[in-house]
Amino acid sequence: MYVNQLSIFLENKEGRMLNALDIIEKLNVNIRALSIADTSEFGILRLIVTDPIKVKDELEKNNFIVKITKVLAVSISDEPGGLNEVLRVLEKNNINLEYLYAFVEQKTYNAIVILKLEDMEKGLEILKEGNSNIISPEEIYSI
Amino acid sequence: MIWDEPIECMSLDDMKELQLKRLQEVVTTAFNKVPYYHKRYTEEEVYPEDIETLEDIEKLPFTTKTDLRASYPFGLFAVPQKEIVEIHTSSGTTGKPTVSGYTKEDLDTWSEVIARGLTMMGVGEDDIIQNTHGYGLFTGGFGVHYGGQKVGATVVPISTGQTLRQIELLKDFKTSVLIFTPSYGLHIAEELESMGIKPEDLNLNVIGFGSESWTDEMRQQIEEKFKTPAYNIYGLTEVMGPGVAMECSEQDGLHLYEDHFYPEIIDPNTMKQLPEGNEGELVLTTLTRVGMPLIRFRTRDITDIHHEKCGCGRTLIKMGKIRGRTDDMLKIKGVSVFPSQIEKALLSIKGVEPHYQIILTRPDVLDQIEVKVEASPDIFFDNVKELVGIRDKLAQAIHDEIGLRVNVTLVEPKTIDRVDSGKAVRVIDKRNE
Repeated sequence: MYVNQLSIFLENKEGRMLNALDIIEKLNVNIRALSIADTSEFGILRLIVTDPIKVKDELEKNNFIVKITKVLAVSISDEPGGLNEVLRVLEKNNINLEYLYAFVEQKTYNAIVILKLEDMEKGLEILKEGNSNIISPEEIYSI
Repeated sequence: MIWDEPIECMSLDDMKELQLKRLQEVVTTAFNKVPYYHKRYTEEEVYPEDIETLEDIEKLPFTTKTDLRASYPFGLFAVPQKEIVEIHTSSGTTGKPTVSGYTKEDLDTWSEVIARGLTMMGVGEDDIIQNTHGYGLFTGGFGVHYGGQKVGATVVPISTGQTLRQIELLKDFKTSVLIFTPSYGLHIAEELESMGIKPEDLNLNVIGFGSESWTDEMRQQIEEKFKTPAYNIYGLTEVMGPGVAMECSEQDGLHLYEDHFYPEIIDPNTMKQLPEGNEGELVLTTLTRVGMPLIRFRTRDITDIHHEKCGCGRTLIKMGKIRGRTDDMLKIKGVSVFPSQIEKALLSIKGVEPHYQIILTRPDVLDQIEVKVEASPDIFFDNVKELVGIRDKLAQAIHDEIGLRVNVTLVEPKTIDRVDSGKAVRVIDKRNE
């Protein structure tokens, strides 16, 4: 049920992100979701793409450092408080959140939130028990 | 096996006797044949007959790179130019290059000393030596070449660069000995890795490396990446080239060929000789050089020398690895820092690549040090906190080593210049800009 997210090390320098994205464009791979964590010197670009392995290989060939990180994708209703419900379940069970980012899915108009938890296994279990709508990798890659 | 047992295992007394005889000869020749020495010694009122013991060498003035430049190009030759059969020069990055001229006899000596060293490393007539040291004015290529042929090995004179070709030959020729500068060696290792070639797929038995400063951690990496022992080769263009001293199987210092090169260690501040075992600047005197005798040449290299019976059976004096150079030494906020110290600190942390650059600036009145370090998959985490942690750990390791605060910047792989030839640029000093 985990989704493979790509994490890419970027120097905080002009044009570096474009450089990475150019490579992905040439592969004709679509980006589903994107987020960036940055400090003044470097950033971590996080991507959900339709073909993570292909993108990882090509980026590495171009000297980028890329890691595949397992994350969870949860569909939530796109209305006030939709995300809170999920977070409440996690909090109640003492599951720490490392980071999250979200995007809106066009077909159903639901929002999808990408979660990186400190304890992914336990998190997945708790969310399943709480009847959260966990999106499979196949679904997310084929949106 | 020992190439020249009578010399390499000679007793200390016999060695001193031989050295004194040769020192007296070389000082006499220099005084009579080289105008530079004639003038210097006359000015200092010291003459060849004043050298009655080896200790008397202290009466003679030093020769420096500046002196060599002032005599550019042929002013230090002791023989007519027609007797010089080969000329090499230093790179000349800091001014006019220094010229080194060799007679036929000098080339024989050069082959001989490298042959001794290659024998120490276990290289013999069955070996194929792939020599990635540059051929040309740089002495590295030819020195190894002559010595390699002398021991009867097959030499592949490929020079530095053309890395894919190097790898092709490594495989096809079943090269057993690889000679490189540490930074170029690591570059080859990177390429091998990216091509999925494992050291087990090759036929390497031994590596000889030199002409650049390195740390124990760097040697470990080389040995690990190539799965073969790596031995240090020391030399300098002015004195001869590589082969002035080479490392034996003990991997604990280099045997200096003191029957050809007389070593002293001096305190670079007081210019006085230091007793054996003390660290200081290496000063060398060529005892047998015909074309261009050099007397008390200040190498700028910092090391120590000591006599001991080595585990390998040789009695030749041993020299520690080069700790730095008196002219590489950086004065930062009044503290002496060698780039090798920073390298050592970086490599003490697992997963850190040995590619770094030190950038010195002076934004107002205070020096600032930035150390750029290439990130690697081993130290990249999908987590800002952990990445900042690694950066701080690197800064702390450097602080522990040199006592100064530095800013460490993690940069993307292969963004720090690694030249396909020659030596890596480790320090960029912008303080006077």
